[in-house]
Amino acid sequence: MAVKVLIPTPLRAFAGKRDSVQFEAKTVGEALKQLTTEYAELRKHLYTDDGKIRSFVNVYVNDEDIRYLAKENTPAKDGDTITIVPSIAGGTAAPTRLGALR
Amino acid sequence: MATKVQPATAASSEPKLSKEEILRYSRHLIMPEVGMEGQLKLKQAKVLCIGTGGLGAPLGLYLAAAGVGRLGLVDFDVVDFTNLQRQVTFGTTDVGRPKIEAARERLSNLNPEIQIVTHETKLTSENALEILREYDIIVDGTDNFPTRYLVNDACVLLGKPNVYGSIFRFEGQATIFGYPGGPCYRCLYPEPPPPGLVPSCAEGGVLGVLPGIVGAIQAMETIKLILGRGDALVGRLLLFDALGMKFRELKLRRNPDCPACGEHRTITKLIDYYEFCGIRGEEAPAPSTQVPELAPREVKARLDRGDDLFILDVREPHEYQICNLHGYLIPLGELPRRVHELDSSREIVAHCRSGKRSAEAVEFLRKAGFRKIWNLKGGILAWSDEVDPSVPKY
Repeated sequence: MAVKVLIPTPLRAFAGKRDSVQFEAKTVGEALKQLTTEYAELRKHLYTDDGKIRSFVNVYVNDEDIRYLAKENTPAKDGDTITIVPSIAGGTAAPTRLGALR
Repeated sequence: MATKVQPATAASSEPKLSKEEILRYSRHLIMPEVGMEGQLKLKQAKVLCIGTGGLGAPLGLYLAAAGVGRLGLVDFDVVDFTNLQRQVTFGTTDVGRPKIEAARERLSNLNPEIQIVTHETKLTSENALEILREYDIIVDGTDNFPTRYLVNDACVLLGKPNVYGSIFRFEGQATIFGYPGGPCYRCLYPEPPPPGLVPSCAEGGVLGVLPGIVGAIQAMETIKLILGRGDALVGRLLLFDALGMKFRELKLRRNPDCPACGEHRTITKLIDYYEFCGIRGEEAPAPSTQVPELAPREVKARLDRGDDLFILDVREPHEYQICNLHGYLIPLGELPRRVHELDSSREIVAHCRSGKRSAEAVEFLRKAGFRKIWNLKGGILAWSDEVDPSVPKY
């Protein structure tokens, strides 16, 4: 059950500069968990301290927002694409801030 | 979703195109999807472009060229050399001029048949409703979160569509928010990222063509809304990846619990958007005032005296290639895991481009126990101004 997770540009610096990663997962939550285990620096960009997906990050399975499906329990099938869509203001920044790593 | 926009101008006198206008818009007039009817709709339309920069440039140019009858522009900035790589409205001789003035001149030259209304001001909670009220469609070409939320909330309160576009390095997003029945910006992103977590705007770069593409998409959607033709980009978020040259589309739903447009909305007037975005006072908090710093001339004098100062450059490697002060390079993001490379017994002067990132580095290193460390005040920019003008500014 390989699903593909697409990493958006602003977060690639925390994911070994990869633009996508494949995981064996049955749900979206499982795939994201594997992602943030493999790339620990990503965790604080995707999750709040109490483990919720941050409100300025949206997660899609194919073209559907998981907030309107079963959230992190949304099933993922072989061949599905999970897209992480963070808000961007129109700025042009590189994620070089130290604050981002604390 | 096919959508229509009623022309907001009450048809005062019977609108008509002059002979000159018929010639000018001939390539529109001969296509049935626009025709005389569509061109008159364009002529009667009132569109407000917020920002005349990267996204605003193609927007302003194409909307003016297409014959949008009243084109409003909001900006308070001045053209500088670094704008010219992407803000194609402006020319080299415009550097130093207010953007709004240069844009008005360029756009009136492009199309003297239209009315250009300039608002030389920063859009604020106090003036937004008053300015936006006069227009049918708002196009958001700004570059910061507080203004994004301000524009969204004002559009929702006034019931006006907000043609949205944003860019990040090689990636763009576009959609139409605030369309009757459609989602708003807060449905997608209820809250902005805290300022510490997402980098500020001036520190990276953007490929100049990217805002051209995304701004042109916004211009196209604006014109479709005016014409009432085609499928508007409502309820769909268009993602553009320039490196992969891929367009993707995600479904956007209206959030029934949305604080701005939901059934039990809590936002009934404009708020303080800087506070909402966690930004105190002006846009850029200046941490450099809180850490010990040395002025470029002091550093130069000490180096000339032969003092053993260790110059730490916390910029990125590609910035080092543009210009450098022969410092030791550790990008800010790598500092925590490379701190052992530094000798805390030596005197260290940290610098970056403007002094902002190096202030963070100094603060971090002081917390890590470094005592003989200073921030180079104003960074390489100040060094170029005050010590060595041969060092290029970027």
